[in-house]
Amino acid sequence: MFPPIQNPTTEAVPPKFGEADLLRRSASTITPPAERQTEVAKLIDVSKCIGCKACQSACLEWNELVEEVGINTGVYDNPHDLTPNTWTLMRFTEFENTETGNLEWLIRKDGCMHCEDPGCLKACPAPGAIVQYTNGIVDFVHENCIGCGYCVKGCPFNIPRISKVDHKAYKCSLCVDRVAVGQGPACAKACPTQAIVFGTKEEMKQYAATRIEDLKSRGYANAGLYDPPGVGGTHVMYVLHHNDRPEIYAGLANNPRISPMVEAWKGLTKYAGLTAIGAFAAFGFLHHLVSGANRVSSADEEAAKRLAEGERT
Amino acid sequence: MTTHSEVAKGDSVHRGNPVTVDRYSAAARVNHWITAISLVLLALSGLALFHPSLYFLTGLFGGGALARIIHPFIGVVLLLSFLGLFFRFWKLNLWERTDNVWLGRLKDVLTKNDEKLPEVGKYNAGQKMVFWSMSLIIVILAASGVVIWQQFFSEYFTVDQQRVAVLIHAIVAIVAICVWIVHVYAAIWVRGTIGAMTRGRVTGGWAWRHHRRWLRELVSDKSKGKPKGVTPAE
Repeated sequence: MFPPIQNPTTEAVPPKFGEADLLRRSASTITPPAERQTEVAKLIDVSKCIGCKACQSACLEWNELVEEVGINTGVYDNPHDLTPNTWTLMRFTEFENTETGNLEWLIRKDGCMHCEDPGCLKACPAPGAIVQYTNGIVDFVHENCIGCGYCVKGCPFNIPRISKVDHKAYKCSLCVDRVAVGQGPACAKACPTQAIVFGTKEEMKQYAATRIEDLKSRGYANAGLYDPPGVGGTHVMYVLHHNDRPEIYAGLANNPRISPMVEAWKGLTKYAGLTAIGAFAAFGFLHHLVSGANRVSSADEEAAKRLAEGERT
Repeated sequence: MTTHSEVAKGDSVHRGNPVTVDRYSAAARVNHWITAISLVLLALSGLALFHPSLYFLTGLFGGGALARIIHPFIGVVLLLSFLGLFFRFWKLNLWERTDNVWLGRLKDVLTKNDEKLPEVGKYNAGQKMVFWSMSLIIVILAASGVVIWQQFFSEYFTVDQQRVAVLIHAIVAIVAICVWIVHVYAAIWVRGTIGAMTRGRVTGGWAWRHHRRWLRELVSDKSKGKPKGVTPAE
């Protein structure tokens, strides 16, 4: 068992972090504070999940979201994908393990991974629409969002969704408003089996190690912690029984990283592009300075006149 | 010398002092300026979302969200408008052997040694290159633009396809702006050019200096009494 987070006091509590604790801000140059807050993390132990979807309900409840009544297409996933209102989604996979001959029912709670190196934030063109706090939480600031969908292209996990109603991007906020006052995320609070736990990233790693040890003793030799280094690690981590094959968990990215297309777009293209435009403009300016205008001479006008008159007859 | 005509419908010479030459009809000029205004607005709204330091340009459009909404619709206007220009101008922009000669003497072009250049028809090789590169650029921008038009087309393309499209769109848009700079600079540097697109006419001297083959043909057509499209009253 992981010690549960205590219930809050009924007293108003000042937030523990805010504007002064930004590590990154989209389309802005900021100086992060000298001291980072303790990094937080949510640990999702896939081996303990029973697929009850209490986390999905708690997420809707806390964040005041309403999902449309969906349709059944023969799978347990409901809705069938993340939406602007469904920030977290249980994804069910029936996995036939050829080594053991067992049918394994893999259930993964999908949602924002809160990357240390967030692709959404790097792709975002709107200043301050995406922020990263020094504790690792990546949050969308909707009043600054312009709805361009660049975050969708930046994300290596295919998480953000653009609302068809207000045309803004939505995703899990790691319950930033709860965490700020010392609470864990709503999904973790609601989880009946403690498959979702929340604490500092260090605590979560240590706790995960005990879970992995337990799984290994039960025959899951490849059990491990999913904290992908390609995105600098994440602040939502999984304990997987088959950590060697994350893709079997409904396509969880194996060694995710920000797409090279996005890196090229937001890196070299940005600087080389403006340089090229500047160079063309500068060439024009200098050329005019050196050569002067190309003017029509009176001789040209005379020649034209002779031509026009001469051919009269 | 040439088998085809360098003269477009509506082009004609008027004797006088100086000689004037009709170069662009009112319809062609309106068509050009719709394209030009669209292109400038697209460049401004596009650059605003391209580099954070230019984000302030969204202010011209009423904020980031409005810039994002307006940009692709202006793109549609540009595409249709440019299509009009394309069908107006493509024929006289076909590449000829003399264009290679002209291009080979680019140094003489830039140093104003116009007398060393071959006689040019309605368009010189530089103008033809602007025309064809813009044609290609606009097709690529329109196609990649549809792929990243989040509001209406995102569900028809995978995120990977959108990533490729957004990179292509950015790079090609930069090329478009560079070509635009060449186009505008040439019009400013070669004095007497802008009147062609504002009042629709140039002086005979301008035509003699820069598009002599076009002028010769216009004059000889006129002397033969060959009707060339609209014959303006004299």
